[in-house]
Amino acid sequence: MYEILSKKDLAPKIKLFEVSAPPIAEKTRPGQFLMLIIDEKGERIPLTISDYDPKKGSVSFAFNEVGKTTKQLGLMKKGDSILNITGPLGMPSSIKKYGNVLCIGGGVMIAPLLLQIKALREAGNTVTAVIGARIKNLLFNQNEIKAASDKFYTATDDGSTGCKGLSFLKEVLDKEKFDRCIAMGPVVMMKEVSALTKPHRIPTVVNLMPIMVDGMGMCGVCRVTVAGKMKFGCVDGPEFDGHEVDFDELVNRQRMFLPEERLSSLVWETVGGCKCGGK
Amino acid sequence: MAENNPRPKPKKEAVPMPKQEPKIRRDNFNEVATGYTEQQALEEASRCLQCPKPQCITGCPVEVPIPEFVKLLREGKYQEAIKKIKEKNALPAICGRVCPQEEQCQEKCIMGKVGEPVSIGRLERYLADWERKKGVETPQKTSPTGKQVAVVGSGPAGLTVAADLAKRGHKVVIFEALHLPGGVLVYGIPEFRLPKSIVQAEVDYVKKLGAELFNGYLIGRIHTVPELLKRGFDAVFIGTGAGLPAFMGLPGENLGGIYSASEFLIRVNLMKSYAFPTYDTPIRLGRHVVVIGGGNVAMDSARSALRLGAEEVCIVYRRSREEMPARHEEVENAEEEGILCKFLANPKKFFGDEKGWVKAMECVCMELGPPDDSGRRRPVPVKGSEFVMDTDTVIVAVGRSPNPIIQSTTEGLAVTKWGTIMADENGKTNIDGVYAGGDIVTGEATVISAMGAGKKAAKAMHEYLVKKSANR
Repeated sequence: MYEILSKKDLAPKIKLFEVSAPPIAEKTRPGQFLMLIIDEKGERIPLTISDYDPKKGSVSFAFNEVGKTTKQLGLMKKGDSILNITGPLGMPSSIKKYGNVLCIGGGVMIAPLLLQIKALREAGNTVTAVIGARIKNLLFNQNEIKAASDKFYTATDDGSTGCKGLSFLKEVLDKEKFDRCIAMGPVVMMKEVSALTKPHRIPTVVNLMPIMVDGMGMCGVCRVTVAGKMKFGCVDGPEFDGHEVDFDELVNRQRMFLPEERLSSLVWETVGGCKCGGK
Repeated sequence: MAENNPRPKPKKEAVPMPKQEPKIRRDNFNEVATGYTEQQALEEASRCLQCPKPQCITGCPVEVPIPEFVKLLREGKYQEAIKKIKEKNALPAICGRVCPQEEQCQEKCIMGKVGEPVSIGRLERYLADWERKKGVETPQKTSPTGKQVAVVGSGPAGLTVAADLAKRGHKVVIFEALHLPGGVLVYGIPEFRLPKSIVQAEVDYVKKLGAELFNGYLIGRIHTVPELLKRGFDAVFIGTGAGLPAFMGLPGENLGGIYSASEFLIRVNLMKSYAFPTYDTPIRLGRHVVVIGGGNVAMDSARSALRLGAEEVCIVYRRSREEMPARHEEVENAEEEGILCKFLANPKKFFGDEKGWVKAMECVCMELGPPDDSGRRRPVPVKGSEFVMDTDTVIVAVGRSPNPIIQSTTEGLAVTKWGTIMADENGKTNIDGVYAGGDIVTGEATVISAMGAGKKAAKAMHEYLVKKSANR
């Protein structure tokens, strides 16, 4: 059992948990993820690790309450226990001195982006950070990311704060030379970023979280096409070359179980443990 | 007692295994074979000739003293009979169910020359089930040797090593990567062939022997094998199995509705998605399910799909019935349940609908050419014989390759070109104190061969540990 040490609201429906998991904390590196199962009837879901503290023996992860499992997780409190957490999984990010790095995070993935930025900064890179969300109040960690980076931008889909959309990046990329770009967030965002950096030939790494069941190479549901080859998100990734990923296929594969996910969520909200009636 | 009666000439036919009717069982996940009654077990046991030079034992990878346990059973000494089996085999309830006895002990049985061999597996299962119902005796613990062993993976190989070494007084710690122990016994073999409660009972037995179990510990990512040795483990056994699912590399293979058999079976068996949404893991099955492959995994997938409510399930296999690697019994069970087989056909590509879900599959007919390396006749495509099958769910059961995580995180570990770990016949790898066995060494094989490998490795590891103490 893995105890929840602290719980923090990052934005509406986005929460950050810190859990006790000493062996995982000891081994985690930026870019890795964990698989979590709440109880014996639960599903296994992948979550990117947002922070780790080997001394305290803890790891942190953020999640967005979108489906049954994340909604159930959101109701858990400090001191509650999670049945199992397995990690760290996936290949760690390659953190070294690249020079000038552009780091872009969207939605819930803004949380692990901070970890990337800190590690890249520590390795001697200059970091330009961009964080984005649908609307203003879904943005979080602004101060922390601003403090951790050399340049900082915010963007929202509706323009309620910062830039409207990501098209402003075109100008940024025209003006400044970047040696590497890291994008983590919704697939459509990573696709857009990859398309923007491609003409500038900036090596672009995207952090993919396809559907997973075991998260350690056994089931193959997380397969993605990269440079025409089949790769497994869990063991070959989660990071891939954004210029080679077949994003459209990925979007399709992520929607595979949408009707079931909706049903599960609905059952949970009406007759399950939540009983909020979808409110 | 049966033994006191005048012994009639043994019947040529074995006592048939009672089974659920095909029409009923195709709609439930309960065990298909319901097991012998006491009377049936005694009757079947009476067929054993008690050969002075028993051949059956030579066919058993773990050398169970078969005639001895059958004799004890016949005498009604069930407790002693099961104890006799457990001297060699810690997991009889599992072996009695999933071992391919027809190719092992029973193939060597003399009775097989005149009629049907003695149903050794069914007798083994009877005794194991008898013991479980009655309550398993806590085995006596040997005095601790002070040696510590790490077992990586809690599948058949790992559980066997853990049981054998714990019995010999070594401290055993099992690291299982998934959240439940049992490996392929839990994620791979379906409930209707091997109830999970039985696996749990066998795991509990290994724990009673003193082994400690950690779930959700992926060795390689958490501690590496060299780190385990550094942290005070005197030896390590790697039994991580055949993990990575193989795909065929065909156009359209990433469409929705195309599962690897591993994914399909993990969802159904480990995550219990047949009970969705009571259990949270979903599975979506269409009406026309196609399973590609001819092994036991293909059979398990096809029969599971049928039980999940598929209207039609068709196995597509590139060779003919004779070359099918699946157990004959399982093919028979599958066909009885109404599963169709399309032999000598091989998929070429998949077509999707506007939502990216598979809707059809193009196949090509095959014919059998001369034998290949496996000794089976090689299938060759027949030119111009392409045809299209409608399907909305495809399960790809064309094999699995070894999971690379341990190999890539254990510096200096010798690996074959197929990615399996190199080990000698006793499971010894090129690293001192590190042993391996089961599918991670042989590539995909059977539960019992993994147990046999575990058995040998445990013996070698015990000798290694004793020698290590003496040298100190």
